Amino acid sequence: MLISLPPELTVIFEGNNFLRLLGGLWTSVSIALFALIIAIPLGIILGCLQSMKLPLISAILKFYLEFVRIMPQLVLLFLVFFTSAKTFGIDISGYASAVVVFGFWGVAEIMDLVRGAIDSVPRTQIEAATSLGMRHLQVQYLVTLPFTVRQLIPQLINLITRMVKTTSLVVLIGVVEVLKVGQQIIDANRFTTAPELAFWVYLVIFLLYFLACWPLTIFASWLEKKLK
Amino acid sequence: MRECIPLYIDAAGVTVLVAFFGVLGSLLVGFLLSVVRFFKVPVLSNVSGIYIELARNTPLIVQLYFIYYGLPKVGIRFSSLTTAIIGLVFLGSAYMAESFRSAFEVISKDQSEAASALGMSRIKVMLLIILPQSLPVAVPSLTANTIFLVKETSVVSIVALMDLMNLAKDIIALYYKTNEALFMLVVAYALILLPISLFAHFVEKRVKYAH
Repeated sequence: MLISLPPELTVIFEGNNFLRLLGGLWTSVSIALFALIIAIPLGIILGCLQSMKLPLISAILKFYLEFVRIMPQLVLLFLVFFTSAKTFGIDISGYASAVVVFGFWGVAEIMDLVRGAIDSVPRTQIEAATSLGMRHLQVQYLVTLPFTVRQLIPQLINLITRMVKTTSLVVLIGVVEVLKVGQQIIDANRFTTAPELAFWVYLVIFLLYFLACWPLTIFASWLEKKLK
Repeated sequence: MRECIPLYIDAAGVTVLVAFFGVLGSLLVGFLLSVVRFFKVPVLSNVSGIYIELARNTPLIVQLYFIYYGLPKVGIRFSSLTTAIIGLVFLGSAYMAESFRSAFEVISKDQSEAASALGMSRIKVMLLIILPQSLPVAVPSLTANTIFLVKETSVVSIVALMDLMNLAKDIIALYYKTNEALFMLVVAYALILLPISLFAHFVEKRVKYAH
């Protein structure tokens, strides 16, 4: 071999260490996926509701959105994870409480995206469609829906990227995800011939996250340009 | 719990300190990055492009782990507070740069070309033509980034800083006062973030009229 790899890198690819790291990344990605499965349909329903501007419901939803927006996600995670056991006596795992929190957050964000997209349909378009003799449902289906979907999809992908990045916080409520697996690998090899292991492990995790999120970001901005 | 209030005030101080320098640094570095990108300065432009993509597509917690636990192994060592601020600036500057970039795009190319045809230097074009017009456009996303960054400071507890999050965790562990500690935590964050959010709304409104 002309170039010799640093011993730290061989440790990372030794045995099933690298697979375990990928498994850890999958843990946090799967939290985001489960949360989205709950959040997308609910968020769309609530977003449509919000765009109707019903007095009381609108105020409640607005409060919910602002609360979720203003609290750091980590605070929400702590709230659900600790109070569920202390106050309600429900012993849910860190994983489950993460799905709940990210679900809640996703619903709020998607609700606002949907409302924004519906509100941004130009009035003139709706009026033009109505003056052509379309019925209310036809206007909704043929004018509002395509316009809204076009706006929504890139924003939704951006939200997914944000969520995947944010689920890395679950390590702080004891979920074994990629950072935790990284720590385990570092600890297990503490007394071996890889003194700089921590540097390489965290670098690899950094790059893994980048490889997971970057394609989504690129895809979203490409779609945004294309749909315009 | 009353005796814990001074502790919360101290911890909130740490959070605000990190957030303040983090946001300020992000604005400065982000602006410089976007200027370099805007004028397509040969090598620097590509470097800052890579920097922005790397910082924007990775979570802050991973960045902090790398800076605090990874870099010392190769001889680069920072204190907890410095690590937190560097991490926040690394993440934030990429977001701020994107905000500036999309605002610069609103100003048509003709204007900067006309200005340079009149003999203005690049710095003058930036400061006298582009910035005054694009700043109002950038404000909403800059304020959104600011709020996002202040919220992101909640993860700095992992580099052994006694911020609000770390304090709440300690109080839960020491006194088992879970609900009280978390309630205070929510109140503390609301007290920090609500004024910022309201101020952001106010500025956005003013800017909208100016536009």
